[in-house]
Amino acid sequence: MTNFTMQSIIAAKQKRKRRFVWLTTLLASISLVLCVAMLMLGNTIYPVSDVIRVLLGEDVQGASFAVGTIRLPRMLAGLFAGFAFGLGGYVFQTMLRNPLANPNVIGITSGSSAAAVFCIIVLQASNTMISIASVIGGLITVIAIFFLSKGSSFSIGRLILIGIGIQAMLTAFINYLLLIGNTHDLPTAMRWLSGSLNGAKMETLTPLVVAVFIFTPIILMLSKRLAILELGEQTATALGVDTNKSRVLLLVSAVIILALATATTGPIAFVAFLAGPIAKRLVGHGFSALLPAGLVGVILVLAADLIGQFAFTARYPVGVITGIIGAPYLIYLLIRINRKGDI
Amino acid sequence: MTRLRATMPSHVPKHLWKVTVLFVILLIVSVMASLAFGARTIGWDGLMDGLFSPDVQSHEAIVVRQRIVRTIFSFMCGAALGVSGALMQSVTRNPIADPSILGVNTGAALFVVCGIAFFNISTANEYIWLAIAGAMITAIFVFTIGSLGASGATPLKLVLAGAATSAILSSLVTAIMIPRTNVMDEFRFWQVGSVGAGNWDLIQLFIPFLLVGIAIALLTAPALNALALGDDVATGLGVNTGMIRLFAAFAGVLLCGVATALAGPIGFIGLLATHVVRLVIGPDIRYILPLSAFVGGIILTCSDVAGRLLGSPGELEVGILTAFIGAPILILITMKAKIRAL
Amino acid sequence: MTTAHTFAAKQLTSGYDERIILDNISLSIPSNQMSIIIGANGCGKSTLLKTMARLIKPSGGEVVLDGKSIHTIPSKQLARTVGLLPQSPVVPEGITVADLVGRGRYPHQSLLKGWTKKDYEAVAEALDLMNISAFADRHIDELSGGQRQRVWIAMALAQQTDILFLDEPTTYLDITYQIEILDLLTDLNKKHGTTIIMVLHDINLSARYADYLFALKDGQLVAEGTPATILTSALIDDVFQLKCQVIDDPVSQTPLIIPIGRHHTNK
Repeated sequence: MTNFTMQSIIAAKQKRKRRFVWLTTLLASISLVLCVAMLMLGNTIYPVSDVIRVLLGEDVQGASFAVGTIRLPRMLAGLFAGFAFGLGGYVFQTMLRNPLANPNVIGITSGSSAAAVFCIIVLQASNTMISIASVIGGLITVIAIFFLSKGSSFSIGRLILIGIGIQAMLTAFINYLLLIGNTHDLPTAMRWLSGSLNGAKMETLTPLVVAVFIFTPIILMLSKRLAILELGEQTATALGVDTNKSRVLLLVSAVIILALATATTGPIAFVAFLAGPIAKRLVGHGFSALLPAGLVGVILVLAADLIGQFAFTARYPVGVITGIIGAPYLIYLLIRINRKGDI
Repeated sequence: MTRLRATMPSHVPKHLWKVTVLFVILLIVSVMASLAFGARTIGWDGLMDGLFSPDVQSHEAIVVRQRIVRTIFSFMCGAALGVSGALMQSVTRNPIADPSILGVNTGAALFVVCGIAFFNISTANEYIWLAIAGAMITAIFVFTIGSLGASGATPLKLVLAGAATSAILSSLVTAIMIPRTNVMDEFRFWQVGSVGAGNWDLIQLFIPFLLVGIAIALLTAPALNALALGDDVATGLGVNTGMIRLFAAFAGVLLCGVATALAGPIGFIGLLATHVVRLVIGPDIRYILPLSAFVGGIILTCSDVAGRLLGSPGELEVGILTAFIGAPILILITMKAKIRAL
Repeated sequence: MTTAHTFAAKQLTSGYDERIILDNISLSIPSNQMSIIIGANGCGKSTLLKTMARLIKPSGGEVVLDGKSIHTIPSKQLARTVGLLPQSPVVPEGITVADLVGRGRYPHQSLLKGWTKKDYEAVAEALDLMNISAFADRHIDELSGGQRQRVWIAMALAQQTDILFLDEPTTYLDITYQIEILDLLTDLNKKHGTTIIMVLHDINLSARYADYLFALKDGQLVAEGTPATILTSALIDDVFQLKCQVIDDPVSQTPLIIPIGRHHTNK
């Protein structure tokens, strides 16, 4: 009897594993295709061969500048920021056990954005300073939200409401900074309020790239603990997870990559919110959807940027496109949750 | 017997007169401040000259007279938003309903920007109707989504529905604006949420809407008091709940739609004003409504003054300031609320 | 059979924040037996259970497992010996039965290694023991209350601990499921020798199923022992402020409480 049960469990698990591997490969391939498309497409379309030659360091007439100096940083910014938003968003959603509790809705990306804008406009600080400040801004926002929502007893609803309140303040603050900095032109405002890949430069990418390479493995290593934390404080403790330590580790790692992504591209609207639920639906249960969530983030950002650049006569920043895609999904999710009757 | 009377709904709140006098004093102070402060600070003499000596043509007196228009305009906007917030809170029986939180402002903004972009609309007369229409459609949409499910329109659901709707609408606004620089210029002027553009024409346009809105509000007030006890009790007391909701919500959306059309999106006034009033006067909506108008006007006027001082030599738009003052109030209310009520 | 352990609370003082609920309690859990903690609402039963299962850090005293304070034992290692099923555990959305039960293997797995044969065996055994192998691939949301509770117990079983705490495992269940759950736990205790400590509301079921009872009142231990020796009408009056008669349970020959109330007196 036990033997039979065991065989069926193993079979089911292997089936899901194949699905997981297949799916992750598919998502990675789509990401790769989009990356190449980002490099090929533009005012002039360069063939793949030219793009590869530029990437290998050869000097190609015209292509070297367009691909190497303009399109490559833009693509890399989208790639790493998208991955960071997807991964970080998934960590928040899983840990707080609610898809609505994501960095976009509760204002963590706004915290980083506000800190970055403050450094740029008021302090005219260096890139390093901006990166550090955005991380600190994100962490302070997280701490403030958790502290304020602690109350007599913790509730996720209260946390979300307080997050929305904090976000309203931060947005007002960003608006104020943009105003006193006399940079209230729309492109800059768009960048810091809803995200854009315009003007991405190689030299500003380094902190984000380094952080993604350091913290992705850390978060992936913690994925088993994340799955246990999903079972609630008491069960997790009973299973031997040091809940406080694990939470802090996961939160800090997630906030760091989210903050650096925000400092690079601005808080690209709804990517941190969308990537998790999409990845989870694709993967199903039983496997951690962390890596797929990061890849979905990449696909969302790059695809939205390509649409924004080329689908219409005017060029739209990526945040406008993800906003138009993301907000209806949020409404759909709300309708579903409301029907079920619990938030 | 005395104890019973104290709990009767018809009883006049204890501090009503003291509170009213206090608000009148605050009003005078804020009006004075609004006339005196700005890019150029005017002294007492200049103030008196500008107000009471029409023949004095000193530079200071002229500045004061210009500021009179702005002050009246800002007070009217504040009053409209204050009453609107009080109405929305009692219609939804929800302590954090406010035009900006429910996304109604953004709805008005989208319609205005569509009007500018697609129908070449450029006068305030035409904005007004578009803004009202936009506000109404958004309010209905947000409220429908927020009240799905067994527990009805809880604060959390409404706020989330409002936030999501705002996000879509503002993305659409940007999407419409980006390819059209002329629209962007015109719209930016409107979008920042400022009372600086107020003039006599706008005030004249505003007055009928304000009066109609406040009249409906006051007429529905007794029934709204009954509604506060729940739909079943209200029906038992002979209130036609559907009708009352419809009228009160209409007045609320009308008021915030007009204010938004004329001054641009200004958030959190309704939330702030109503909660301040409720704190000092208690839960009787018949007193909350008129006093919210007062307090809304005072808060908006003071915020405008503060914006002029903080932003000098230019000025800080009042919408930024009210969000900064209002959001902490939202947080405070949330922190105090019982979890079940969320 | 599992190994015997000594598990004891020594001068335990515990509570939430500033409020002290347990005041200086000392007790020792009998190994390989089924112990049940009884007491009126708010007497500290649940607090005692949670403190012993290290969910609450005591403000005074210590909980000792085999001579070592549990707070000095690494949490994963402790989780291989002591398990707990909380009163209302959180169900992640869309999770299946096998997956949930599988998460009970966490303390036995290392950071990088995947699932071993032992892990699968433990899960399969737990599913079989709780009679839920048939719905291994079903979603938890589709199950009835009684089935769900068996899934949770299976998760705690997959953890393969020698000592298992359960916080009111039968609340909100129909009487049929209550009996079913208690029977399954008794099977576990008899077959594997697992030490079980649980909080139960129903005194009569406690009297029937427990090998050993702890009676709590106002954060103090007022009586302990086998049901037959300690359950008297005087004790019930003391612990619950309830007048009653104690008779023999005709089915199990354990003490059976018959409450008296105000309207019905002895003829």
